[in-house]
Amino acid sequence: MNVWLTQHSVAIKGAWQRLLASPLNTLLSLLVIGIALTLPAAGAVLLDNLRQAAAGVASTQQISVFLSPEASRKDATELESRLRQEVSGKVQFVAREEALKRLQETAGMAELVDSLPRNPLPDAFILEPRNAGPEALESLAKTLSAWPKVAHVQLDSAWIKRFDAFLRLGRLAVLLLAAAFAAALVAVTFNTIRLQILAQADEIEVAKLIGATDGFIRRPYYYFGALQGMLGGALAVLLVNGGVALLAEPVSHLATLYAASFRLHGLGLGQSALLLGIGALLGWLGAQLSVGLYLRQIEPK
Amino acid sequence: MISFSAVHKRYPTGYEALRGVSFDVEAGELVFITGHSGAGKTTLCKLAAAIERPTSGSVVVNGQNLAALRKSAIPYVRRNFGLVFQDQKLLFDRTVLDNVLLPLAIVGLPPKEAQKRARAALDKVGLLEREKANPIALSGGEQQRLAIARAVVNRPAILLADEPTANLDTDSAADIMELFKAFHQVGVTVILATHDTQWVRQLNPRVLWVEQGQVRAPGEALPEGKA
Repeated sequence: MNVWLTQHSVAIKGAWQRLLASPLNTLLSLLVIGIALTLPAAGAVLLDNLRQAAAGVASTQQISVFLSPEASRKDATELESRLRQEVSGKVQFVAREEALKRLQETAGMAELVDSLPRNPLPDAFILEPRNAGPEALESLAKTLSAWPKVAHVQLDSAWIKRFDAFLRLGRLAVLLLAAAFAAALVAVTFNTIRLQILAQADEIEVAKLIGATDGFIRRPYYYFGALQGMLGGALAVLLVNGGVALLAEPVSHLATLYAASFRLHGLGLGQSALLLGIGALLGWLGAQLSVGLYLRQIEPK
Repeated sequence: MISFSAVHKRYPTGYEALRGVSFDVEAGELVFITGHSGAGKTTLCKLAAAIERPTSGSVVVNGQNLAALRKSAIPYVRRNFGLVFQDQKLLFDRTVLDNVLLPLAIVGLPPKEAQKRARAALDKVGLLEREKANPIALSGGEQQRLAIARAVVNRPAILLADEPTANLDTDSAADIMELFKAFHQVGVTVILATHDTQWVRQLNPRVLWVEQGQVRAPGEALPEGKA
């Protein structure tokens, strides 16, 4: 245990020293790794923000049932009890006064509503059926539109479906981008470590001759690769969150212009840690491939 | 301690370095492996330290048959040996002290303890005041003493040196031989491969004469003077 601790602490110290020994090379490698991690991470943050912005507008699959303007409050009460009987799920009555008030609070609508001479809105019901499959919703909408005093039935799910499909596509694109850049990161680490190994070929040879295990040879390179990847990850977190910080002000200003409140958010603590971890893992992988290849090459036949 | 039986070594080039070599070295012995250059002395050293594998026959070190060992066990066999290489293999990118620290890092000695041991080893070979120097700044004799310090710092049971006095003037070579004698006297098994037989009379070792890939039994015709 003591030996194990000593060997690992010595290897970590050695890895740090190698990073610090050639600051320019280290800086360039970190920039490459950092930017390679920044692009997919920024894509993921963008999608996340879009998703949240959309969630602020509507989250569930709803059916809006608008009553005809001449329908009285009594008609509405009757309709409500009938809806509660036949539709399993949430049934919410929205009185026309309330609907107007909500519209006033909606982005960009305040002045428009104020300019209206009278309330043009009908009473309405918002349904959130438990069975929210697209077909069930559509047949329900059809049934409801045939009821008396019902002027219009609107299915609110169509644009959400489209938006969801768009988000899925975006996620796939980010994933592909991430895979490509992950490969690049492994390749960069592989090459950095390869150069180091060639510079230290003498030391490796002597160490092996006087009884070093392959683990002893590999260890400092593994730590170097992981450390470099982790620092690259930290740089990516700084770049992404720095970019978000720069954009946050203009974006919230833009949102205010639409009378909406939306705040751009960057990488959280957990996501930052994940990015560092991914960087470390990929760096370790690059080191593993590089050292493994070299040790196989020098193995006496 | 070391036992060769019917060892053959043929290199991939087809060159037959050893042809049926058998001998034993007991713990605490001082053994000279002599013979002309190219006779197979270096190959013999490499086989003992598991740097090369025999084509046939067996090499047993401390009861372990090297041919039967897993690859991962070989580093631990090598740690039985303090190795002094013909070309020394010093590392010129670090100080004298750091060269001696390498074997201790390999076995995972805590850095403080390692520094103490490394300094003790340097003191033994008379290089303590040069610990911060780069090996390139040392004389030939000093470099050889550094190689010996690195070989003995782990307190190995066997000290195996290939041509340790080649390229040294007589005074430096005498210093080196004194060192090996001292290690032998404290119980270390010392094996020296050398073509330089002038030390045989002074140290009175057991002598193995290698000729054309074969080892002649001790006591058989030993040529006088330099080979």
